[in-house]
Amino acid sequence: MTQALLALQSVRKSFGPTEVLHGVDFALHPGEVHALIGENGAGKSTIMKILGGYLAPTSGTVQWQGNPAPWRSGAEAEALGVVVIHQEFNLAADLTVSQNIWLGREMGGFFLDHRTMREATQTLLDQLECRVSPDARIRDLPVSDRQMVEIAKALSRKARVLIMDEPSAVLTQTEVQVLFRQIDRLRAQGVALLYTSHRLEEVAHLADRITVLRDGAVVRQAGRGELSEDAMATAMVGRDLADIFPPRRERFGPTVLEVTDFAVPPLVQGVSFALRRGEVLGISGLVGSGRTELAEGLVGLRSHHGRITRNGTALTLRSLSDAARHGLAYLTEDRKERGLLLAKTLRENLTLSTLDRFGTPLIRRAGEEAALDRAITDFDIRAPRRDMAVGNLSGGNQQKLLLAKTMLPAPEVVIIDEPTRGIDIGTKSQIYYFIDRLAREGLSVIVISSDMPEILGLSDRVMVMRQGRMAGVLAGAEISETAIVRLVMGTTEKAIQDA
Amino acid sequence: MRNLSLSTLGPLAALILLTVLGAFLNANFLSPGNITNVLARSAFIGMIAVGMTFVITSGGIDLSVGSMAAFIAGMMILAMNALIPSLGIGVPLVLAGMGVALAVGLAAGFANGFLITKVGIEPFIVTLGTMGIFRSLVTWIADGGTLSLDFEARQFYRPVYYDGLFGIAWPIIVFALIAVAGEVVMRHTRFGRYSEAIGSNDKVARYSAVKVERVQLLTYVILGLLVGLATILYVPRLGSASGSTGLLWELEAIAAVIIGGTALKGGYGRVWGTVVGVLILSLIDNILNLADLVSPYLNGAIQGVIIVLAVVLQRGKSSAEGR
Repeated sequence: MTQALLALQSVRKSFGPTEVLHGVDFALHPGEVHALIGENGAGKSTIMKILGGYLAPTSGTVQWQGNPAPWRSGAEAEALGVVVIHQEFNLAADLTVSQNIWLGREMGGFFLDHRTMREATQTLLDQLECRVSPDARIRDLPVSDRQMVEIAKALSRKARVLIMDEPSAVLTQTEVQVLFRQIDRLRAQGVALLYTSHRLEEVAHLADRITVLRDGAVVRQAGRGELSEDAMATAMVGRDLADIFPPRRERFGPTVLEVTDFAVPPLVQGVSFALRRGEVLGISGLVGSGRTELAEGLVGLRSHHGRITRNGTALTLRSLSDAARHGLAYLTEDRKERGLLLAKTLRENLTLSTLDRFGTPLIRRAGEEAALDRAITDFDIRAPRRDMAVGNLSGGNQQKLLLAKTMLPAPEVVIIDEPTRGIDIGTKSQIYYFIDRLAREGLSVIVISSDMPEILGLSDRVMVMRQGRMAGVLAGAEISETAIVRLVMGTTEKAIQDA
Repeated sequence: MRNLSLSTLGPLAALILLTVLGAFLNANFLSPGNITNVLARSAFIGMIAVGMTFVITSGGIDLSVGSMAAFIAGMMILAMNALIPSLGIGVPLVLAGMGVALAVGLAAGFANGFLITKVGIEPFIVTLGTMGIFRSLVTWIADGGTLSLDFEARQFYRPVYYDGLFGIAWPIIVFALIAVAGEVVMRHTRFGRYSEAIGSNDKVARYSAVKVERVQLLTYVILGLLVGLATILYVPRLGSASGSTGLLWELEAIAAVIIGGTALKGGYGRVWGTVVGVLILSLIDNILNLADLVSPYLNGAIQGVIIVLAVVLQRGKSSAEGR
């Protein structure tokens, strides 16, 4: 085996009185992809920060080519070729793609050499098959393109060690394939790579070596092909996860919502479907296929035309409050920017969209507290303190709170956009069971998801969107990964018969 | 208890410290006359600052309030002078004047709010514009001089500033009522909660079915009305208005809000803190005038130090919460 390029030896790390890493050994070798997996809070981020020089270990050592690492900051580590792609992007929103990539290492002398930088940027983007202009402003780019820019920036640094914190979380299937090709290329060039992802099939596909982390300690290390996805999940959670998904529902009520010839110009056209009581309709499709726009149109957040009837009565939905009045609710895919007020407490977040139910003109605090008690029990929200800022909760608990907030007005139909983005597998499963419970209680659910197992495991029917139109609807035994992918890619047209 | 952190108590401690200091430096400081004087002077900026708290909390700013006060005063005096022939000197005339003041305040606040929420221009730009417009209009109407209320009308109107109830001057009573009402509205009503939510993240508020534009518009309208109310109580003091009426009131009001612990970037409002902030600013002025320790000309410098200090304290708090 080659010598490790970057390694941790019996590293412990404490924040105040709490120790979060309990003596971790971990090594990155040139020309190898090492996957680090574990639930949220297992200590992955801390390990990555220590490797990248952003945090110093409390005890133990960081080794660089067999010697103690010489850097004292992330910037110094980066200068030696240790590059970290953070989950929260480090891009300046108002600068262009090119300006961001060369930020701090601009080419040229006193005057900047804009042309060379642009061309170099273009080359990097071409390698990534990313069709973004070097002059586009980051602010105007969707999240998946920003991820690509982040990767292009890392490539431009001639990295010897590349640490990637869930790079695929916001990418579509196609983009993930491109990312994998780049990872293969870097591996062939002898770069040492660290990869994290909640998608275990990616890990199985990509990793030469896998380290499973649980509660701040390494519980399993294995080489390529030694761990099945199930074995990984079991090692991560520490218990058997045979039933990630709830059993399927079998009885449905009458049609609750009927949507006919619905359009959200210019992004969505000609969508028609019906939703029964107690049914879960999955919506699949690429990012940009109009799924979120369709959902936002249906709840009155975007101007739309077409017919929406609920229990046979036509509805006019001009705003989110109209939708709420008619029993429709929407859970956004962007919980940090659209879902929750990160600086506010659980209570203030929970009741924000339903405050009128808590007293007029004065809000009854006791009523709010009681609602929070119920939400904490019903959705198993684990918060160290009730009055803490929501931003300090883990992603899973934030998502549970957001679900509780969306369900507070007791809607009849709820659209859940990306129910489990960036959440560990244990909490994911919990959320699937919540959705199942709600459906069994008579709620009609639309789940929009880019996560294929989630669509397959949750949906009673699947609607596939492509380029703003319905590509088809699958039901019962027709639902399979191949059938969905065909519709997503447009390789066959299934007649739209079930709508 | 989270609510009893140093930064929350800081302004209150500063207020107490100033009071003790004042009492030491001058025997007259705690006399009823001086206390009434300080509170009555605080009342105008105070009422405006309470309204400003809502505007800032919901993520806005209003630079036009000082000019607006001058403009409202001018319009009120013109209207009252014009109405004397028909209404005579008496309660109806004063009521009509008050009505004009509130109506102009409402209209001015609505104009600001409309341009900001419906036309979508930055609050700073809009109110920078209207600040110039209001002040220029009143200077133009007064032809560069002073608009004076009719002498007899002034005599009749005077008690609104100088008299009161149980020995407490009217401006103080009204300010106290506004402050209590403001605190209740901020803490215990939907409007207050929505203001904080919008200032915290307007997208989240929008996705939570909050009518963001309506709430923001309302904050400017309320502020306009409160400027009108402050002017109603201010005009009888001098009985005139000119291009320099209410000069720099906007900065004093904003400073009071910030000293009181409301975040300038919005999302967190504290009305009682604003009241403390106003009192701190007035006390500094008063103490410098009473004691000859430091030249009163340094008033602005000391207030400036206090403002910067308050923000430093706030930042200490937010980074502690960010852990």
